[in-house]
Amino acid sequence: MSTGAWTPPKTTKLMGWRELPAIGGYIMEPMSTTKNTTGSWRTERPVIDQDACIRCRTCWMYCPEPAILELDKPYVTKDGRRYDLTYEIDYDHCKGCGICAHECPTKAIKMVPEGAEE
Amino acid sequence: MIIVNPTGCLEVTTTIYPYTSWGVPYIHVAFENAGAVASGIEAAIKALNKNGLLKRNTRVIAIAGDGGTYDIGLQALSGMLERGHGVLYVLYDNEAYMNTGIQRSGGTPKFAKTTTMPAGTVIRGKIQKKKDIMSIVMAHHIPYAATANVAYPPIDLVNKVRKALSYLEEGPAFIHVLAPCPPGWGGFPDEKMIEIARLATETGYFPLYEWDRDRLIINPPSDMYMDKRLRKPLREFVKAQSRWSHVTDEEIKELEKDIEDFLNYLWRLSIGSGVPTPYA
Ligand SMILES: Cc1ncc(C[n+]2csc(CCOP(=O)(O)OP(=O)(O)O)c2C)c(N)n1
Ligand code: SF4
Ligand code: SF4
Ligand SMILES: [Mg+2]
Repeated sequence: MSTGAWTPPKTTKLMGWRELPAIGGYIMEPMSTTKNTTGSWRTERPVIDQDACIRCRTCWMYCPEPAILELDKPYVTKDGRRYDLTYEIDYDHCKGCGICAHECPTKAIKMVPEGAEE
Repeated sequence: MIIVNPTGCLEVTTTIYPYTSWGVPYIHVAFENAGAVASGIEAAIKALNKNGLLKRNTRVIAIAGDGGTYDIGLQALSGMLERGHGVLYVLYDNEAYMNTGIQRSGGTPKFAKTTTMPAGTVIRGKIQKKKDIMSIVMAHHIPYAATANVAYPPIDLVNKVRKALSYLEEGPAFIHVLAPCPPGWGGFPDEKMIEIARLATETGYFPLYEWDRDRLIINPPSDMYMDKRLRKPLREFVKAQSRWSHVTDEEIKELEKDIEDFLNYLWRLSIGSGVPTPYA
């Protein structure tokens, strides 16, 4: 990572665009905000009932973070429905906004106060 | 793909130094020049390809707020559209300068109160109507312009982005996306943000339509809401938000009349541009 600081050129020759000094701030590592575990800001956490979930992808679409993970994890529900996918929450980054629970068509997601039992 | 983003909430929330959320090259520019910077990048990519220094048709997408588009960035945007740069410009419209604390913009709707236009007995929030940015953009006769809403990501929003990108060889594309701001609009819990956005379209307040090579197409579900009887009452949308908590029934009627007039205008444009329609 460079802060963009530069040393003045030694000659007075006009610079071409390739020699122009770095201006502004540079962030070299893509997607590095994932290191910032913003999940700690949350006061309520979403909990998915895997048996009630119909794998419609609504929560995945609407989560603003995005903190809904779409995993290639097979799952068989108690009443025998088979799924290739499982939706899980990335609790390191979920901020607990509740949009997923509010939009889920089968009400498979419950918001549970942090620190409370599920 | 290269993203160009003027200052605003998107920039502030995604690029907290020394980190970035972006997984593609991203440039943060001044508040007023997203259109100009995107134009320059697009032209540079073309020139590099022409000189054999690059062999890739990298796409350029500008993403800017309503303040950065309706107001301070309008000239740079107009220049970009007029010169025909193959850039996709996405306006995310939360209807005020939210990042700096809810100041009124050209995108703020009538009667909505902001910190610069508070509501009293004489001045009732914003005095003027929301600027019709889509008509300004369409007047440049670019190949593609569309409105979209965060409440309709599949299929509408996703398809519009895909379509817009496929038109960039012909010229610029523009997508105007409504994106509620829970603290700025106020009065509803965070989890209702998508529900509020959906109401904006269901009440006719924010219709979904596209300008596709000089034809105006009203998209579902807004085509259905051209019929007033199928629309939800505007009050449901307005009264759910504290920015409009002071408005009277008379004022809601006035807002409703403005919506009716605007939908009629869209309707005439649509029919006039030769689009057949099942709703009359
Ligand atoms: C020339 C200039 N004027 C003012 C500012 C301060 N400023 C930063 S973000 C912002 C508001 C942005 O509003 P909008 O474009 O609607 O985006 P939002 O924050 O609502 O997402 C303002 C006024 C600035 N950065 N540059
Ligand atoms: S919205 Fe509900 S039903 Fe759909 S995938 Fe998410 S948890 Fe499952
Ligand atoms: S609570 Fe909000 S942030 Fe967390 S998973 Fe649901 S939608 Fe995403
Ligand atoms: Mg804004």
